[in-house]
Amino acid sequence: MIVSIASGKGGTGKTSIAVNIAVSLGRDVQLLDCDVEEPNAHLLIHPKIIREEQIYSLVPSINENLCDHCGKCAEFCSYNAIFVTPKEVLVFKELCHGCGGCILVCPKGAITEGKHKIGKLSLGYADGIEIVYGELEVGEPMATPLIREVKRHIDKSKNVILDAPPGASCPMIETVKNSDFCILVTEPTPFGLHDLKVAVQVLEDMKIPLGVVVNRAGIGDKKVYEYCRKKDIPILLEIPYQRRIAELYSRGVPFSLEMPDWRGKFKTLFNEVRVLAGK
Amino acid sequence: MKQIKQITVLSGKGGTGKTTLTAAFAALAKDAIVADCDVDAPDLHMLLHPKIIERQEFKGSKLAVINENKCIKCGLCREKCRFDAITEELKVDPFSCEGCGVCAIVCPANAITLTERISGHAYISKTRFGFMVHAMLKPGEANSGKLVTLVKQNAKMLAEKENIPLIIVDGPPGIGCPVIASIANVDVGLVISEPTMSGIHDLKRAILLLRHFDIPPLVCINMYDINRDNAEKILDFCKENNIEVAGKIPFDRKVIEAMTNGKTIIEYSPESNVAKEVREIWRKICNILDIAGNRQRG
Repeated sequence: MIVSIASGKGGTGKTSIAVNIAVSLGRDVQLLDCDVEEPNAHLLIHPKIIREEQIYSLVPSINENLCDHCGKCAEFCSYNAIFVTPKEVLVFKELCHGCGGCILVCPKGAITEGKHKIGKLSLGYADGIEIVYGELEVGEPMATPLIREVKRHIDKSKNVILDAPPGASCPMIETVKNSDFCILVTEPTPFGLHDLKVAVQVLEDMKIPLGVVVNRAGIGDKKVYEYCRKKDIPILLEIPYQRRIAELYSRGVPFSLEMPDWRGKFKTLFNEVRVLAGK
Repeated sequence: MKQIKQITVLSGKGGTGKTTLTAAFAALAKDAIVADCDVDAPDLHMLLHPKIIERQEFKGSKLAVINENKCIKCGLCREKCRFDAITEELKVDPFSCEGCGVCAIVCPANAITLTERISGHAYISKTRFGFMVHAMLKPGEANSGKLVTLVKQNAKMLAEKENIPLIIVDGPPGIGCPVIASIANVDVGLVISEPTMSGIHDLKRAILLLRHFDIPPLVCINMYDINRDNAEKILDFCKENNIEVAGKIPFDRKVIEAMTNGKTIIEYSPESNVAKEVREIWRKICNILDIAGNRQRG
């Protein structure tokens, strides 16, 4: 089963929930941190890294000897990644999505593909949990190709947990795509509710079943609960706002390790997700 | 006319307090335009309650459309698409299509065209503090970076037209394309950090990003008293790297109360320690940007 953890709003506790579920299940778990812009899961479970890979995207490389500067490649490129002047061709690698279209339209066969480093992928283990995470190269705008690489490591025979980046645009979509279920983590505040609604709309459009975890319960107001009741969205778990939980998180400790009662709660949560996902 | 100054509030990690602080700055600034550049999960409007005066469509990307009548089911589009956006049934998956157009040029039956999709809207609005520019990306749409750029262009145009000297940008989380768009050409990047292991990790990457684009960084630690040891680590890191720290804001539930009441902390609890510290931070920012200080304290 593939379960993604997403939120809309940042800082609601996605990574904390993802890690605590993984730790509570204990075995046959794969934790994939798809927040490649700011990966944090490894900071909480301290894995032993056994493999690292450099990740590249494909970008056009122009053979100036063959190029006659006709400009067809620049005209085709939807991302303005190629600029043709009478004297030379400029390629803006950061803007390239790697579709390969420029090669297809070039009448002179002057374009080949070269590699452009976009980040690093790490694979490791911590107490029976397999973790894979990507780190986007600083200054590199596009996270989705790296997220795809992280997701290539999905082992469907395991319980796969995907930690999604915040927001509701391409990086979040790329992560939750093909999930059996999505857990949305929110906090009971106006910001939390607003961004939850945006995330719910995305998942409904994508036809991915979902449930909500309310983190920092007790702060803010009750509107998140009213919304979930109206929309018939199951609230899978409530985690109260407690100074101890916040402190453990700040030190990089999954709170269910120090507060063992919670391990049972996360296991129950996961079983409920299994039922809701029909798995 | 005088040069327009710009500051972007960013964080790397989400939920550290960017919007709360930006709203407070809006309340303090004498004459500024506020730009919400978190276009896929904008929250600033819930504190500033903008009245929209202008609305524009944003066509950020394209989508492949297959004409079923012309399609000869050869599957070449599926084979050539690098984004797995053509399904086994030879339908376009709109969540995967990046609008590159490769399918359209390889299709031997000319059955595929690209259509522009309306990916969101941009707005110019008025709030009780002045102008606000913002946008809403349709949930699930791509190209948030382009929409951020549009919001910033709107801010710049408005600033020039109305002779407003400052633009305050509320940035999105992360370090990817919308963040890069939100920090382009600004004078200062204010990174809001929190004293957690993740907060420290993400702060460092946000600083690297600012340095990569030659933008002077400034740091503020929010909720510093949640973990004073980690707050010290952030201070040490900043000292070692010659980064100015604008201030340390304590944790206070009043911030959440202000939010649930739809107000900035400056209005809701002007005498709180948070409001006092934010005023101090704002004073420092005004000095750094060399602009005139606060509006009348209210």
